[in-house]
Amino acid sequence: MGVLSFTDRGIWCEAGGFYIDPWRPVAKALVTHGHSDHARWGMDAYLSTDIAAPVIRQRLGEDIRLDTIRYGEVRRIGEADVSFHPAGHVPGSAQIRIEVQGEVWVVSGDYKVVPDGLSDPFEPVSCHAFVSECTFGLPVFRWTPQDELKRQIDGWWAANRAAGRVSMLGAYALGKAQRLLAMVDPAGPILTHGAVENVNETLRAQGIALPDTIRVTPETNVKDYSGALVIATPSALGTPWARRFGTVSSAFASGWMALRGVRRRRAADRGFVVSDHADWDGLNAAIRETGAERVFVTHGYTSSFRRWLEGEGYDAGIVATEWEGDEAAEDAGVEEAS
Amino acid sequence: MKRFAALFAAVDQTTKTNAKVAALADYFREAPEADKLWTLALFTGRRPRRTITAGRLRDWAAEAAGLPLWLFEDSYAVVGDLAETISLILPPPTRSSDESLSFWIAEIGRLSKQDEPARKAGILDAWDRLAPAERLLFTKLLTGGFRVGVSARLVTRALAQASDVPEAELQHRLMGSWTPANTSWKGLIEAPDPTADASRPYPFYLAYQLDDPGDLGDPADWFAERKWDGIRGQLILRGGDHYLWSRGEDLMTDRFPELAELTDRLPPGTVIDGEVLAWDGDAPLPFARLQPRIGRKTVPKKLLAEAPVILMAYDLLEEGGADIREVPFQERRARLARLVETLPPGAPMRLSPGVDFSDLDMLVEERAASRDLGAEGLMLKRRASPYLSGRKRGDWWKWKVDPLTIDAVMVYAQAGSGRRANLFTDFTFAVSDGDEFVPFTKAYSGLTDAEFRQITAWVRRNTLQRFGPVRQVPPTQVFEIAFEGIQASPRHKSGVALRFPRMLRWRKDKPVGEIDTLEHLKEMLAAYG
Repeated sequence: MGVLSFTDRGIWCEAGGFYIDPWRPVAKALVTHGHSDHARWGMDAYLSTDIAAPVIRQRLGEDIRLDTIRYGEVRRIGEADVSFHPAGHVPGSAQIRIEVQGEVWVVSGDYKVVPDGLSDPFEPVSCHAFVSECTFGLPVFRWTPQDELKRQIDGWWAANRAAGRVSMLGAYALGKAQRLLAMVDPAGPILTHGAVENVNETLRAQGIALPDTIRVTPETNVKDYSGALVIATPSALGTPWARRFGTVSSAFASGWMALRGVRRRRAADRGFVVSDHADWDGLNAAIRETGAERVFVTHGYTSSFRRWLEGEGYDAGIVATEWEGDEAAEDAGVEEAS
Repeated sequence: MKRFAALFAAVDQTTKTNAKVAALADYFREAPEADKLWTLALFTGRRPRRTITAGRLRDWAAEAAGLPLWLFEDSYAVVGDLAETISLILPPPTRSSDESLSFWIAEIGRLSKQDEPARKAGILDAWDRLAPAERLLFTKLLTGGFRVGVSARLVTRALAQASDVPEAELQHRLMGSWTPANTSWKGLIEAPDPTADASRPYPFYLAYQLDDPGDLGDPADWFAERKWDGIRGQLILRGGDHYLWSRGEDLMTDRFPELAELTDRLPPGTVIDGEVLAWDGDAPLPFARLQPRIGRKTVPKKLLAEAPVILMAYDLLEEGGADIREVPFQERRARLARLVETLPPGAPMRLSPGVDFSDLDMLVEERAASRDLGAEGLMLKRRASPYLSGRKRGDWWKWKVDPLTIDAVMVYAQAGSGRRANLFTDFTFAVSDGDEFVPFTKAYSGLTDAEFRQITAWVRRNTLQRFGPVRQVPPTQVFEIAFEGIQASPRHKSGVALRFPRMLRWRKDKPVGEIDTLEHLKEMLAAYG
């Protein structure tokens, strides 16, 4: 028996008596980050980083029993030593390190290895066994570098502004939207969908700097904002909410935009290749840096990625979880919980 | 290649028709003639001959990327496009190139004449010099598959804007067997005589589906005939030769050698629109009998004897070398009838018989009889109508019979590729047989995007077992499957194969206990097979 075992409720730590990102109600849940497939309702008690906590409270309710921990702080839970380390996915997101009698396991949660200018950058953690996501675990997924991405988005926005058109960018409400906000030309004006602005307010209240944004409400007079950038949830594009802006240039920001077919299915004018998950090179680099011999892969292209890791000399297995990867869910149109 | 890549990105990325046309028109005004000609060829479905096998390209790309071939294949299964998979997995280029589209096409031609090591070196060198967007297009030229999100119609419209030649005339000029090798920009677009090419067909006139026959107005204005279930074709008899074109602009002359005798029996300068049908002497054979002949370039004697074809003539477009498409349909048909009358019995051409009717009720009855006659439904043509180009509303309607349907339960789901890379879209359906479920068909289409997203979320949560990319799901989701035909098939466990199966409706209201049975499916086979 290892430090962790895989159950139909979530990843279970026998020595510590807790689950990590469980999907059925349990007594004690350690939560990597606030996305709805990782932080779910119904747990008796939660533990998350202090930075992730406000969004989790916003989403699951102020009355949940939520304890917090700082990055790098070691806490003894039962017979296990537990610490949370930056995963670079969204603000406050963590990999969880569990040490039991000298054996170290790390659960990655969702992660990306390139700094996004907003979240604490990913920190490699040495371990014996690593449970890694692999949402984009195929070599066709390679992300556009952040500076090139900024050039592309600013260029698109500037061209639309010059033509008197609104630029509407669909991006996941928690994480991706704020990363884009922190990246784009701060000249403004930038309008936001309510679901995006709710997260903005929570993050600003905890001291995370974001450029000025204007919440779109039923009273917003869209004529006042020709040439503006509107950041909306992906599911809002093409709805009456979006149509009030008239003829817009529409775009999606997602790792799936690397595929021409998906880009065409989403039928936007542009697709920007940007993800808060690791790309192929990122996954491989992260796994290498843990020094782990055993790797368990979850959600994504698990069977291909496991086989690849095995070829690279790892003892690799697949763990069935109910985590969908926010981008997989996003693209499938599964709505955010909040 | 940079200019062509920019054009491709512009038309591929936007969903707005006007933006696509504007980008194309700009390109046709500015690009060098050789590039324009090639672009026109590529965007109207003409492509350079495939000179390097897909297998070699896969091997070389995987090797250049340092990946095992199986991982390349797994990636290809998700991306759904070979050239795109290659352009995505290759390492970034280390050099750059300002060479034109026609340079690279010439380069491909040059490499095709060399031995394999030289080809490989040339391809790897090109991949290393082209930016990712250009690399995708270069590789598409190699693999031969070149589909873009722009119709021939939009290309023609843009070309009309850029060249001042009317759209309808361009449409005709661009038909037929020209290639950039056998023509020039001037010869194709600006030359005075668009029939210089003896094989050049006219654009097909296509009909929309009729939703409400009440819209037709006075029945006396309309001519009705059967919508035969074969291959639409245009037979051209000019200068002692004959050519048979498909709707997709494939030259099918050699596949149907029976029609050659018509060059001796009908005057040159005759063009006929009709339907190629497998024929048993006085009635059409099921489409399934014609099918084996479609894919073959040459036809073995046995097949010729088993499924002889005729052309069921619908319309006359050229008579005595003159384009008569503006003549009213009724008159064209009368002239066609006179031509067909001159043929001896047993000639491989018949006149499509008219369907008599004096009111809508009679038409409804005639339509209902279609399936028994081996037809797909009715065609309704305004007696005064000219022969137009492309799909147009108003004068011609097709009125197909309702599809056959069966209620079935989903038993397996598989993710799609390309456009549908991260959605479950490919499903296997079963009918019941006692306590068992017998899979009988797959279907991929018919649901809305929202429904595909919904079923995807359900499959993710309800997977029983995985077999590679295929997931077994509990037999609870019931769908109404529509299809156009059914035939016996020893290769399938159910014993049947369906034609054009698709999901007509997701029957969330229907419990699995109420799906159709294998016995019912077999009854349908007996009735319609």
